[in-house]
Amino acid sequence: MSLTLQLGIIVGYLLLALAVGLVAYRLTDRTAEDFYLASRTFGTIVLLFTTFATLLSAFTFFAGPNIAYQQGPEWILVMGLMDGLIFAILWYVIGYKQWLLGRAYGYVTLGEMLGDRFASRRLRGLVAGVSLLWLFPYVMLQQVGAGTALQALTDGAVPYAVGAGLITAFMILYVVIAGMRGIAWTDTLQGVFMLITTWVALLWVLAAVGGPTAATSTLADTDATATFLSLGSAYYTPQWMLSTAITIGFGVAMFPQVNQRFFAAGSKTVFKRSFALWPILCVLLFVPSFMLGVWARGLEVTIPAGDNVLPAVLAEYTPIWFAALVIAGAMAAMMSSSDSMLLSGSSYFTRDLYRPFIDQQLAARREDMLARVGVVIFATAAFAASLWNPATLFELGDAAFSGFAQLALPVLVALYWRRTTRAGITAGIAVSQAFYLSSLFLAVVPAAYLGWTSGIVGMGLGLVVTVVVSLLTSPAADERRAIYFDGLSAD
Amino acid sequence: MRRLELGGWAVIALVLCGLAIPWFLWGSATVVAGLPLWLWWHIGWMGLASIVFWLFTKRAWGIGIETDATDSSEDHRSTPPSRSANGGEQP
Repeated sequence: MSLTLQLGIIVGYLLLALAVGLVAYRLTDRTAEDFYLASRTFGTIVLLFTTFATLLSAFTFFAGPNIAYQQGPEWILVMGLMDGLIFAILWYVIGYKQWLLGRAYGYVTLGEMLGDRFASRRLRGLVAGVSLLWLFPYVMLQQVGAGTALQALTDGAVPYAVGAGLITAFMILYVVIAGMRGIAWTDTLQGVFMLITTWVALLWVLAAVGGPTAATSTLADTDATATFLSLGSAYYTPQWMLSTAITIGFGVAMFPQVNQRFFAAGSKTVFKRSFALWPILCVLLFVPSFMLGVWARGLEVTIPAGDNVLPAVLAEYTPIWFAALVIAGAMAAMMSSSDSMLLSGSSYFTRDLYRPFIDQQLAARREDMLARVGVVIFATAAFAASLWNPATLFELGDAAFSGFAQLALPVLVALYWRRTTRAGITAGIAVSQAFYLSSLFLAVVPAAYLGWTSGIVGMGLGLVVTVVVSLLTSPAADERRAIYFDGLSAD
Repeated sequence: MRRLELGGWAVIALVLCGLAIPWFLWGSATVVAGLPLWLWWHIGWMGLASIVFWLFTKRAWGIGIETDATDSSEDHRSTPPSRSANGGEQP
């Protein structure tokens, strides 16, 4: 019963998404800019929820509550600081400036924006290459997750390879048809859906156990969780909380599918409204979702090994149809995050690698075509890798946020400091990436420094190298030093 | 004055980030209405952040980013003061 219901809901959801995609397709101009950015037309709700859903969907439902279940509710503070504040401030500092520049000069990707300013094809290729290095394994992890979830859901009736393959095929179909506009619309539906179901789930569980006070008091009764409520622990040290919040907060802003949304806003007003609503939206989703994870621990909900906490809580306290609805929605959300990543990955590949290095004369119409081919190649390659699931890729995907965070400070310096030189930013990006990659794979480079992670140390290194090398070198003659500063205005 | 204002907003941003985690309640396990006190602080603080962000969009949006189109000299590093409330319309 539950299986049929869950599969039915998932299939129903996919059909709904496909219908949305078809409507979006009918509205689409056949240009790469429309395919990637919906021609920069998003309104407040769509921009807010598409960023929100892309960023937080699967994580908020699965990994987040799992961490809260294991380690305590401090995770809400880390996520609130990281997404609600640090990312919101970057939304203005990086995002708004990028949006203005994108509108003025027609940029579609981060690499394009930097390559133009520093008159450097290599820098453009480097930024795209680094981004794809982290994005590819991250997409692969999503496919691994989806394949595993389908296999578990159907008790092995749908084997892993078939499940992951079906999902990949659907994602390709959907992205190729719908483009950014369709993806953003389904994201919006999903974001609203997640917010509502999380609160319904919370109220349902609390009603069943007799309110928050009763639920929280169960935590104090168990030895393992007796210290859950006091702020801080051996796991949640100040250094760890700050390192995590800062690296992930900055990393998110450089994640291609999030960074590209900075270019897609329709107007200044859209930016302003989304900015002001962001912290509230984050807290509205994080508190119920992660507290469910925490309370599950106190209520001694048993979690089968390798399973997620939230589905188990729902199964215990809410009707089966509701649990199925939430799980199906969460799985769909996982796919929609991957959709956005595929689209951005393809745009980085076609615009920053294929066009500048292989075919500079690419016509707009052909680029639109190539963008869709790029989606197919990217998704298929990630699927192939997910079948093989090599340890190196797994580790890269797991560290993707910190990897992207290494890009953030050199980019910020370039955006706000005229003296930045081509050599400076290139060295800053190359050195911090090299350092962070070595800390992952080479035993001689430690992963922690007095409790601070190598991710945050690498960010500092990238900042210092960018500034020092910029001071030591003079700008190349063809750099366009003024374009990030002069005549920038929204009107 | 614009520079001073920019500095002021930067300080506000740092304070908002710095106190999102209530360090002064470190180790405290006080529970109020079913949730730890430090979590209530965080919830309230995020609400406050939204209000501050909203005020920023009303009063200072564009600061540090939007520039006057006449500023084109290479060595002119600071943004010229802008008169309009939202940071310099294009002339």
